[in-house]
Formats: sequence, structure tokens, C-alpha cells
Amino acid sequence: MTTLTVKQAGPMMSVQDLGRTGLVQMGVSASGPMDGIAMRIANRLVGNGDNDALIEFASIGGQFEVDAPVIFAVTGGAVSVTIDGERIDCWASHPLLPGQVLRIGALTNAVWGYLALSGGIETEPALGARSTHLRSAIGGLDGRRLAPNDALPLGATSETALGGSLKVLRTPLHRSAGPIRVIKGPQAGHFDDAAWQQFLRGPFTVSGSRDRMAQVLDGQKIVAAGGHDILSDGTVMGSIQVPASGRPIILMAERQTTGGYPKIATVASVDLPRLAQALTGSQIRFKLVTQEQAEDLWITHTRALDEVLAGLDHWADVADV
Amino acid sequence: MTVPDHANLTYPRIAASGDRAVVIELSDQISEETNMRVVALAGDLESNPIAGIVETVPTYRSLLVSYDPLIVRGRDLSVLLLERLSGIAVDGSRGRRLVVPVLYGGDVGLDLNEMAEMKEMSVADLIAMHGSADYRVYMIGFAPGFAYLGGLPEKLHTPRLAVPRQRIEASAIGIGGKQASINSVPGPSGWRFIGRTPIKVFDPARSDAFLLKAGDHVRFRAIDKDEAAALDAAVASGAPHIEWEDA
Repeated sequence: MTTLTVKQAGPMMSVQDLGRTGLVQMGVSASGPMDGIAMRIANRLVGNGDNDALIEFASIGGQFEVDAPVIFAVTGGAVSVTIDGERIDCWASHPLLPGQVLRIGALTNAVWGYLALSGGIETEPALGARSTHLRSAIGGLDGRRLAPNDALPLGATSETALGGSLKVLRTPLHRSAGPIRVIKGPQAGHFDDAAWQQFLRGPFTVSGSRDRMAQVLDGQKIVAAGGHDILSDGTVMGSIQVPASGRPIILMAERQTTGGYPKIATVASVDLPRLAQALTGSQIRFKLVTQEQAEDLWITHTRALDEVLAGLDHWADVADV
Repeated sequence: MTVPDHANLTYPRIAASGDRAVVIELSDQISEETNMRVVALAGDLESNPIAGIVETVPTYRSLLVSYDPLIVRGRDLSVLLLERLSGIAVDGSRGRRLVVPVLYGGDVGLDLNEMAEMKEMSVADLIAMHGSADYRVYMIGFAPGFAYLGGLPEKLHTPRLAVPRQRIEASAIGIGGKQASINSVPGPSGWRFIGRTPIKVFDPARSDAFLLKAGDHVRFRAIDKDEAAALDAAVASGAPHIEWEDA
């Protein structure tokens, strides 16, 4: 059994796989990655499956060591990654050997980073998944954030994987700078024309009140003419609630499964990773699309990403580009 | 100012909840009959699945249905769901009832005496009233295994605290507004608490991690310290005593 040792840990680092399915009716949201695209790429770069568990960190990485050779990759955004002080590329796979120190610094243009290691993290699944659900203290390592001296078991890395060529995402991941697309929410009718105009005009500022559960936006106060209390009903990742404060709250991976605030809109799935990665203090705007348009965007995006992942270049092929 | 269009809605109605979920609303009111239909629809979709449905979430008066748009489109699913709902008959069967043993008062039930004073009744009468009612699990939400219980006798309806307390233990027996509750995980709460139960409605280490689901019933049974100690010991030994009866 290979062990990954956390020597230093950023303030918000946890084990994540794709999350839990089927337990929302029991009050447990999926959890899983804040940026599912960056997570998929990280796993594929090291030859893992999409649902293999990896480490997600907010803004600041940490220091890591292994007791047997592995392949790793760091994704999410631009970040300084070094092995024994020597700088290497993110969005690419590299070997990490026993005795070497992997150090991941601070993300400069994104919020959520991913460290995937070949074999995947094999902590004991809880309620069907390895994802840490911090609010419920379920999954990952004892349901909590990672801390220095934590030891994480890794699955096996095959000899062929270690001897094989390394991979790199040749086409850099471009996050569009356009507005965040949203679909009218279940309580769209609680908001009158003036509120809707204000909501779609924006802009809103991504506030520092954000975590894996939700992110709060600052901007002009949005008033629900139909009232800010509803009979609690189901939520999804991307639900935009408007409480009486008038500051929109966007529910994220570890959301509450039900809520009593009117939901003006829902973020299109295709734009959720981009929203999660928006820097604190940055401005965003919303643009309305229909459910059907959002589904089309998601389907197109999924196929495009599948193609990128199927064609991940081998490191050797691009070394002289 | 235009009048918000929810003012003249008719039910059932179906609304998008993004590009991977729709919500089918049966009403905007709480009623047992509506909730029974919601639960029945969820059960029907479980026994006769529609391709592409990922999971469902029953709430007071609506069902959230999440789907995979690579398999089914929201517009088509909405038509299928409305069709399915029209064929749902509520047969009036009441299912099962969990008997929840409660040690009233104590450190966890810190509001018991004040509640009795507020209601101008004796502590014994308050306990008897709380234990006399049949509660329905309208939905599970907010936290893992947290049941929203309807059926609290009107005299016990009590507003939430203006300032929530920072930490209330799991297994605390609470009252918030018109609702009763059994805390499933520790955490902050503005509800009032009148006792604790030795049983765990949510225990991730147990094979059946969640005791309750929407549509179940609950009643509370007062126990003394000796019985609480025996039930605590059974839970600690990994063989909890869980009592069900016909509702």
C-alpha cells in the first residue's frame, strides 16, 4: 500500500471524488468537486478514472511526500508547483518518488485546485462515496479538512503506468469571460420586472463569504415582491436563493438539500465551474437562457471535454513544440 | 409594478430547477393529503423508473426530480411527470411509525421548564401532550436525516429563538414554530429543546444510516433515567433497540 503524507496543508483541503448520488432525499447533498472540469482533467492526466478520489484545495496547496513512486498532476489554475525546489508545470503529469518533496503554492487566477495521484486516494468510502462532506463530517479522512501529518492510502500504480509516457493538456483551458448563464428558477415569479431587470443588469461582486456550501454575492439589493419566505423545497447546486437581505446566495457542492428562500434562478451546469473559480472581489453578470439552451450547452461541453480527455497529449510529443 | 405571476398559479405546475432538475409542485400549502401524493409519486418513480432520472427529493408540497440531460431532456421529462402524477392514487395507508423514547428535561432538554411556564401548564402535562400526538415526516432536509415533523399540538407551537444557540447535540428533541424535530447531527439551532432520545435517527456507521423517510410517522414515549441508561448502553454496544409500530 502506497501512502501519501501531508507535510503542510492549506486552510481548506479535502478528499473529493464525484460525490454521493441518491441521498439528497435523506438530507445529504452530493458534495464532490467545486470545479468538476479541473477535477476530471487532473484524474485523466494521471491515468485515473473520473470518480477516483483526489485532493481539492482552496487557494493554497501544501507539501506532500510518498513512500513509493506515483504519477501526479495539479490542475485548477496557475499555481507554482515544485519538486525539491525545482519548478514544474501544472496541467501535466509528473513522477513523484520517495524522498522527494512536492510543494504546491497559491493559485493566482483561480480558487479551487486539484492534486490527483495515480491509483487515487483510497480512504474508506462513507455512504457510498469518498467525498468529504465537511458540514456533515462524512467521508474523506474522518469527515474533516486535511492537516499536517495526515497519511492517506493510495491505490496501486502499475509498473506500466510508471514506465509509460507522461501526459499534458496541450490546449490550455480557457474560461470564458462572458456572463454566467442562468435559467429562470422555480420561484422566478416571486420577483417583479424591476427585480429581474436589476438581477440581469448587475454586476455582482463575488464576496468573501464563500465556502464549499455556498457563495454570497454583493450588489444592489434584490427584493422579492412575492416575499422572501417560501415553504421549504428542494435545491440543486447552482440554485440562486434570495433571502430578505437581498444578497443572492448561490448554493454549491455541499449545499443544504432544502431551503426556504425563493430561488430566482439556477446557474447553468456548464458555467458552474467558472463561477466557482471566480476570484473573490471579481465582478460577474448573469444572462438568461432557457432550460433547453442550457442542456444543449452542457451536452456540447461534455462532448468537447470528452474529446480533449481522449486526446491528452503525451509529454514526449510536445516536449519540442 | 407588475403583479408577480405566482399570484394566480394553478397546480400542479412544473418548473425548471436548472438544466438537470425539474420541480413538480402540487400546491403552495402544507397538507397531509398533498404530501401523501408527493411521497406516492416519488415511490411510483422508484418502482417504475423513467430513464434518465437520477434521484428525487420529496418536500412538503413538491417533488424535485434530477435528471441526466444526456439521457432525457427536461421538457420531455416534464410531460412524463405530469402524466405520471395524474395516475397517482393515494390509498390512505399510513405506513409505519417510529416510537421515539425521550428522556425529558436535563442538559439537552434545557427549555423544558421555561416552555411549561410559557404555556402555563405543568411539566408533566406538557410531556403528556407532546407524547400524545401522531407526527408525520413531511420531508427530510436541511441536514442528514433531519425530519420535518408535522402534527405538533397547537398549544405547543412556539416561535424560534431570536438568537440561535451555537451548538445543540444530536438526538435533542425540539420544537420550532409549528414543527417538532429530532436533531440528527449536532449544530447551531434556534429551536427550543425539551429532551433527548438515546436512539440515533442518523448514524453513518449503521447499515441503515437513516431511520426515517418522508411519509413515515413518529410518536414520542417518555422514559426515565434507568431506561435511558439501558437504551444508551444498547446503542453503545452496536445493538440499538429501535421500535416500530403500524401507524
